Amino acid sequence: MRADPLHKEKPDRLYMVTGGRGGADEPSLDSVALIVAESEPSPEMQSEHAAVLRLCARPTAVVELSAELGLPVSAVRVLLADLLDTGAVTARHPAPSTVREGPQHDPDTLKQVLLALQRL
Amino acid sequence: MLSNAFERTRPRQTWAAPGPTDRHPLAETVDSALKIVIVGGFGVGKTTMVGSISEIRPLSTEEVMTQAGTGVDDLRGVRHKRTTTAAFDFGRITVDATRVLYLFGAPGQKRFWFLWEQLFTGSLGAVVLVDTARVEDSWYAVDRLEHHGMPFVVAVNRFGPGPSLDRVRTALDLSDDVPLLECDARRRESSRDVLITLVHHLASSGRTTAKDPT
Repeated sequence: MRADPLHKEKPDRLYMVTGGRGGADEPSLDSVALIVAESEPSPEMQSEHAAVLRLCARPTAVVELSAELGLPVSAVRVLLADLLDTGAVTARHPAPSTVREGPQHDPDTLKQVLLALQRL
Repeated sequence: MLSNAFERTRPRQTWAAPGPTDRHPLAETVDSALKIVIVGGFGVGKTTMVGSISEIRPLSTEEVMTQAGTGVDDLRGVRHKRTTTAAFDFGRITVDATRVLYLFGAPGQKRFWFLWEQLFTGSLGAVVLVDTARVEDSWYAVDRLEHHGMPFVVAVNRFGPGPSLDRVRTALDLSDDVPLLECDARRRESSRDVLITLVHHLASSGRTTAKDPT
């Protein structure tokens, strides 16, 4: 079907880059959390970690890292857990608004979204 | 079918090729991200809609199903167990100096619904994109969005003459307060109007919720 890096990779690569760990222990990292590098990549780093640091010189959403690295979002979350642990990156979390939290969208956010759409 | 042609004409392979030259990083000042999900069946025009309004060329990636709560061996399981993989596209619109809106195009079929739990919680709302030749493709999405209490609008991507919106509303068993409109997902203004309708709907349902806290 699609000739992208994900399909070319053997599943073993997922195992390699994540050390065989799953992503379910990092549920707090939202798919659009913005990741910012706090340090420079170093030669001894795992190559995926170094790639994350390079990509995150400016704020970069978790899903964008996934697309750029050619890895499923779950695998990226695992990589990020390591980097967050060591303080190599920080995460800016999205505006809180979840399905079950009731009245969630502050009027100012909706107004600004509306204005942005009207400018398109 | 014409509807499939919409998605097959996209230069998709180029999107999957990452390269620093293609990147359009966010401004340093951006500190929060919002999301809206465009959900629908295969070939209905989700990616077309994302592409028509995104300020970046849409990106494409995948997610694999993980089992919530196991915590240990989800990805280890990739080596031995069958997993479900779902591809999705996304684009983005800068809202202001500190906020950015991500637009996801997501498959609506039942087997891909795990994306909602893993990626789309916290979305502002959703657009259900409908092809009137295959309205039934949207039943599951409408059902789940109602179940989750996720605000949504329904947009009929017109591929030609088709049933009236009243008939679509009946076929989807939509309640009267769910906005239903026609669009042409290829056109930026039309896709934009769908999102504007959704944001108005969010603003009005927010007021309703505030009056009746649960």
